[in-house]
Amino acid sequence: MPPPDPDTGPDAEFVTFFAGGQSFSLDIAHVREIRRWSAVTPLPHVPKEVLGVMNLRGSVIPIYDLSARFGLGPTPENPRNVVVVATIGSQTLGLLVEAVSEILSVSRSSIQETPDLRSDATRAGITGIIGIIGAEEGMTRVIDLAAVIRCGTRPAA
Amino acid sequence: MSTNQSIRDTFFQECEDLLEALASGLALMECAEADHEVVNAVFRAVHSIKGGAGAFGLDALVTFAHRFETVLDAIRGGGLTPGDEVMHVLLRSADHLADQVEAARDGRGMDAALTAGFLHSLDACLGGPPAEEDEDFCFSFAAVPLDLFPDPPPPDAPGDPAGWLIRFRPHPELLAHGHEPLHLIAGLADFGAPAVTPDLSAQPAFDTCDPSLPWLGWTIRLPCAQPREAIESYFDFAQGLCDLTISPLDMQTPAEPPAPPAAALPPDPAPQDASAPEAPSRAPQPAAEEEDRTPRPTLRVDLERVDRLINAVGELIINQAMIEQHVLDLSLPGDSGIIAHTEDYRLLARDLQEAVMAIRAQPVRPLFQRMSRILREAVAATGKSARLICTGEATEVDKTVIERLADPLTHMIRNAVDHGIESPAARAASGKDPEGTIRLSAAHRSGSVVITLRDDGAGFDRIRIRDKAVAGGLIAADADLSESEIDNLLFLPGFSTAGKVSNLSGRGVGLDVVRNAVAALGGRITIASDPGQGSEFTISLPLTLAVMDGMVISVSGQTMVIPTAPVIETVRPAPSDLHAAGTAERLLSVRGRFLPVIDVAQSLGFPPRDARLPPLALLVETESQSQCALIVDAVHDQRQVVIKGLDANYGAVPGVSAATVLGNGQIALILDAEALAANRLAPPPPRIPSPTETGTCHAPA
Repeated sequence: MPPPDPDTGPDAEFVTFFAGGQSFSLDIAHVREIRRWSAVTPLPHVPKEVLGVMNLRGSVIPIYDLSARFGLGPTPENPRNVVVVATIGSQTLGLLVEAVSEILSVSRSSIQETPDLRSDATRAGITGIIGIIGAEEGMTRVIDLAAVIRCGTRPAA
Repeated sequence: MSTNQSIRDTFFQECEDLLEALASGLALMECAEADHEVVNAVFRAVHSIKGGAGAFGLDALVTFAHRFETVLDAIRGGGLTPGDEVMHVLLRSADHLADQVEAARDGRGMDAALTAGFLHSLDACLGGPPAEEDEDFCFSFAAVPLDLFPDPPPPDAPGDPAGWLIRFRPHPELLAHGHEPLHLIAGLADFGAPAVTPDLSAQPAFDTCDPSLPWLGWTIRLPCAQPREAIESYFDFAQGLCDLTISPLDMQTPAEPPAPPAAALPPDPAPQDASAPEAPSRAPQPAAEEEDRTPRPTLRVDLERVDRLINAVGELIINQAMIEQHVLDLSLPGDSGIIAHTEDYRLLARDLQEAVMAIRAQPVRPLFQRMSRILREAVAATGKSARLICTGEATEVDKTVIERLADPLTHMIRNAVDHGIESPAARAASGKDPEGTIRLSAAHRSGSVVITLRDDGAGFDRIRIRDKAVAGGLIAADADLSESEIDNLLFLPGFSTAGKVSNLSGRGVGLDVVRNAVAALGGRITIASDPGQGSEFTISLPLTLAVMDGMVISVSGQTMVIPTAPVIETVRPAPSDLHAAGTAERLLSVRGRFLPVIDVAQSLGFPPRDARLPPLALLVETESQSQCALIVDAVHDQRQVVIKGLDANYGAVPGVSAATVLGNGQIALILDAEALAANRLAPPPPRIPSPTETGTCHAPA
């Protein structure tokens, strides 16, 4: 179960998954379950990364396309796509990803800050990345769930 | 400690009920419909609050409640006729009492000067400050000296009046209320040295004796110089709970020989020692007053539990719909038992749902009572004169609706007093009753609750409203507006006609807030005004926030639900009925009328509908009572749907009010017909952020 305080604990566990061909990871404390992809009901007038809403045992939860959110284009339809159901505060939401790969156990200190990136487009794409963890086959991007569900186009209402 | 706390909580919960009883009783007294029983009920309410407050050592509350009660007692006894002036004091005092209860609950202090002011007006009702007894009315139970009967009374102390002969026989309720006769009697030692003789005459035989009931009476000879009122007020809390006679003690008449202290000391009121073998001479009889106080049996339940139940039933309804769908899909023969069973299941589930929803339904009475108070305060602040007449207080509405209506209604009442009702002089000049009348009514009307607030004030000053709107840049100076359009300007954010910022309204919080609050409850508000005659606000709200009647429709391949209420009829228009208007707009002619057409798929930003499908028009009536035609692909079904909010996990979506789960487990959006109809005129209204979604934002694409 989630460590008592994930920010100060010596070690942290992250669920890593692929979206848009890149590796992302999310603090396991946020992750509630992994579900198969099922059809969503689209919402009108929403940003492109909001695919719609899904029925999770009676709750209506929004589904975000993680790849589209990070500017990597919409996730192609594939029956193997999965939804990572995550909670933040009292909100429950789903992240559409291509595949979940592993659970990564690292020490907090090994999370590096995101390097300053040049291109504005990239920078816009990476708001929502808190840091980077070096992994065996490259690296994985630690996502900030609160920033992912906040769209950057307008100040908060 | 926790037990004490929970008893304390119970006391404050009871206080709420008592204050409500107090308010409704006073309201009856105000319209002179009160009989003796009502006055009694009012008295008892204050009395019970005082009693409870005494038990918790809430002295300020006890003091105030006592003086309040003294006035009520005078009315009860016929010594005081509740005229307008007195009623006014009583009503304001009831408000203050409610404040004091609240302050006591939160452990806050009250403004002593304010309380003193109220006490002064209460005393003034009785024609002067209260008698000396005030010092003694309070519980002194805690300070009972332990040496109960120090010495036999000195025989006839010279100069003293003889004293009092008290006959005291507790009723079972006395014990049930937690009073202890021993302490009561022992406390008399503060007045003088009592000589107590137990009266065992009612004591039944041991084998028939119910030890939990009081069987003893006492005769107390109390030599003291205090007036009778002091003794009466000492027994105040036992009033109605015992037989009590107080007569002057005649020292010349030798009464019963004073018993030796040991015998005089009253045994435990639950008499184990059944020495008097008489049959029970009087069955324990609840006092007549007590019976009326017994409310209908109710159960206090945590609201969260009720909501959990409601959620579970909501899921059951969805599950039932799914099963029904599956059974239908099996195409079983019509005489198959399972079909009859699923039908029964459906009916049972509906019954269960209705029963559960009824738990949340509550009468609007407490809300309306609060409004009377708001009115009194508003009247006091403006120096105007107005009365509130409430009707339909028994109308039941969902608890959440009641809670969330309090603020908008408060605002509207203040507005009505501040802006609507004219000054008494102005009213008299225009031939009206100097006292304004504000009518607040609630009624059920075809699946919704309609709350109307009507004042007989000056009505809207449309010229001024228009000027204000122009000055505020809300409309163009040359805009051509109808009367109702001008009235509706009042709902625009930042609009206020108040020339100066008054204490009461016009603090920059306008009717737009009222409208938003009503809209958030799925209701709508309309206004009408008759210059010189007053204005009327009508709030129409759904009966419940959890289910509604909806039509299942499809739009651009999506299954959706539209509330049935605003839909007047469905029309399948012939191509010749649709007429282009301007470049993008179309009009639909229905029986000679031309209605604006709104393509739902287009306004939702969905892919355009398949032009090969014949369009279906839903004629809906909108807030401004104008009609328009919503174009959809098909209507499939009409059913009750369980409303699932989008706010908790996402946020408001323009054009969509909520979602529901269909029989196949898929989510269908519930369309906001009002917003869709308004879409053609203005961009979607700003969303009202819900408390849960801090900092999130979902801008329309």
